[in-house]
Amino acid sequence: MSEAAVSDPLWVQLAYLVAAILFILALKGLSSPKTARQGVLAGAVGALLAVVVLFFSGIELKNLALILIFLAVGSIVGLVAARRVKMTAMPQLVALFNGVGGGAAALIAVVEYFEVGSSDLLFLIFTVATVIIGSVAFTGSIVTFLKLQELMTSRPVVIPAGRWVTILVAVATIVVGVWLVVDPQDWLLVALLILSSIFGVLFVLPVGGADVPIVISLLNAMTGLAVAASGYVLGNLLLLIAGTLVGASGTVLTNMMAKAMGRPLTSTLFGAFNGSTAGSTAAGSDRPVRSATPNDVAIMLGYANKVILVPGYGLAVAQAQSTLRELADLLTEKGIEVDYAIHPVAGRMPGHMNVLLAEASVPYEQLKEMDEINPEFSSTDVVLVVGANDVVNPAARTDKTAPIYGMPILNVDAAQQVVFLKRSMRPGFAGIENEILFDPKTSLLFGDAKETLTKVVASLKTV
Amino acid sequence: MDGIALLTIFILSIFVGFEVVSKVSAVLHTPLMSGANAIHGVVVMGAIIVAGKAQNNVELAIALIAVLLGAINLVGGFVVTDRMLEMFKPKKAPAAKEGGAA
Repeated sequence: MSEAAVSDPLWVQLAYLVAAILFILALKGLSSPKTARQGVLAGAVGALLAVVVLFFSGIELKNLALILIFLAVGSIVGLVAARRVKMTAMPQLVALFNGVGGGAAALIAVVEYFEVGSSDLLFLIFTVATVIIGSVAFTGSIVTFLKLQELMTSRPVVIPAGRWVTILVAVATIVVGVWLVVDPQDWLLVALLILSSIFGVLFVLPVGGADVPIVISLLNAMTGLAVAASGYVLGNLLLLIAGTLVGASGTVLTNMMAKAMGRPLTSTLFGAFNGSTAGSTAAGSDRPVRSATPNDVAIMLGYANKVILVPGYGLAVAQAQSTLRELADLLTEKGIEVDYAIHPVAGRMPGHMNVLLAEASVPYEQLKEMDEINPEFSSTDVVLVVGANDVVNPAARTDKTAPIYGMPILNVDAAQQVVFLKRSMRPGFAGIENEILFDPKTSLLFGDAKETLTKVVASLKTV
Repeated sequence: MDGIALLTIFILSIFVGFEVVSKVSAVLHTPLMSGANAIHGVVVMGAIIVAGKAQNNVELAIALIAVLLGAINLVGGFVVTDRMLEMFKPKKAPAAKEGGAA
């Protein structure tokens, strides 16, 4: 451990304490919708305080100009990316931000190892921990980014003998890590960096599409731990506290998400290992479905008493949130009861759909969570599913071989009639067929969600 | 600071981390994750520290890359979280329009 922390002046240490408190308040604030924005503000103020104080804390800062240039460039890149990203692509951006944070932690530990040299046992252990966890978070996040950005398949990737390759790499990583602690040599650190990076890729590859959000959350918690470990390596208390806070809260959050998906964390991470994700009803694609015209759908909706809208990621991709709201407003004007049913993982991440609909000014009170809306379906005349699939797929209840088995779903099959707005018969993100599509009470309206919704709205005005 | 003091702080921080997020509605899972993601962006401090005492160009180069990555994590993380939460602002306009129509 370096002596930096010990020699920090008192006012610097107090400033770091204030920053740590602000981080705790940030997480606390983010736990409630009312205080969430203050929470973010508290966190940002804490981070700004910490970085500014660091520059005036009297630590040795050679290369100040270069540091400031790289700091500025990184800030601008982060700012522009965060401002420019479409809300639909936000999950992968969060994954990417998380990854670079993990990568930074790993690199810091590497440099500190070379700078300080090596003697202290705990220093070496934490250096190894930072490098491993940081590298895994880095490459793992890059793979999740590629999956969500659809630059590679979102399905589980099972490489031949992948399980054994993964185990082999994991064992090799641990062996090299232990070796490095016992007998510190530079080339071992490089080997460790490479091995744990490979492990990060292998670790995320077999994770199926619908489980990717859980993995992002897990990798986020891991980056937190890497940062905490790097805090120990550098003897910086604030990094230790901030990293630990994120690691702990991230673990809780990961667990909550896994629960919302109805699956234990272990099966998310290792499900694909068992090869159980082979499509169960691949033969279903040729079966007849009932397709409808926008006019049919408008009539169905116009004469209903109660309508539930089920928005999914497809809605967001088509940027049709406002059109859907227009439809809902029109139905409400006609005296029809309208609710939005929001599945916990609608969209690409938990809560993603709420963000997307709020963007389209949908009143918050109309958004009903799954537990609240599920008993309502049996008394509903028409359910309009717009660009959603996996979250209404009864295979989650019945088909034990389905990758989404056990996930709580919206019981749209209990309603009188179901209308699906879909681009095609292509299965959802989880890559499995949906039996409801072939149900006699189901009608399908094919096409771009925005176009078809606009047509439905137009016909509804004449009904 | 000795190892035991650091260990104490570490353990207590774990409990604080568990407690502060124990009750969160699914609506806020994504912003909370993103906010936590931004907070670990303070790793940029560590990158600045090691860059400041780099002894040769290789160390400096690696450290500066870490500064770059950390800054992206920190700034981008907070900005994207804020953008998500912007959407939750109570919007009076559409509600008023609805009221007028009814």
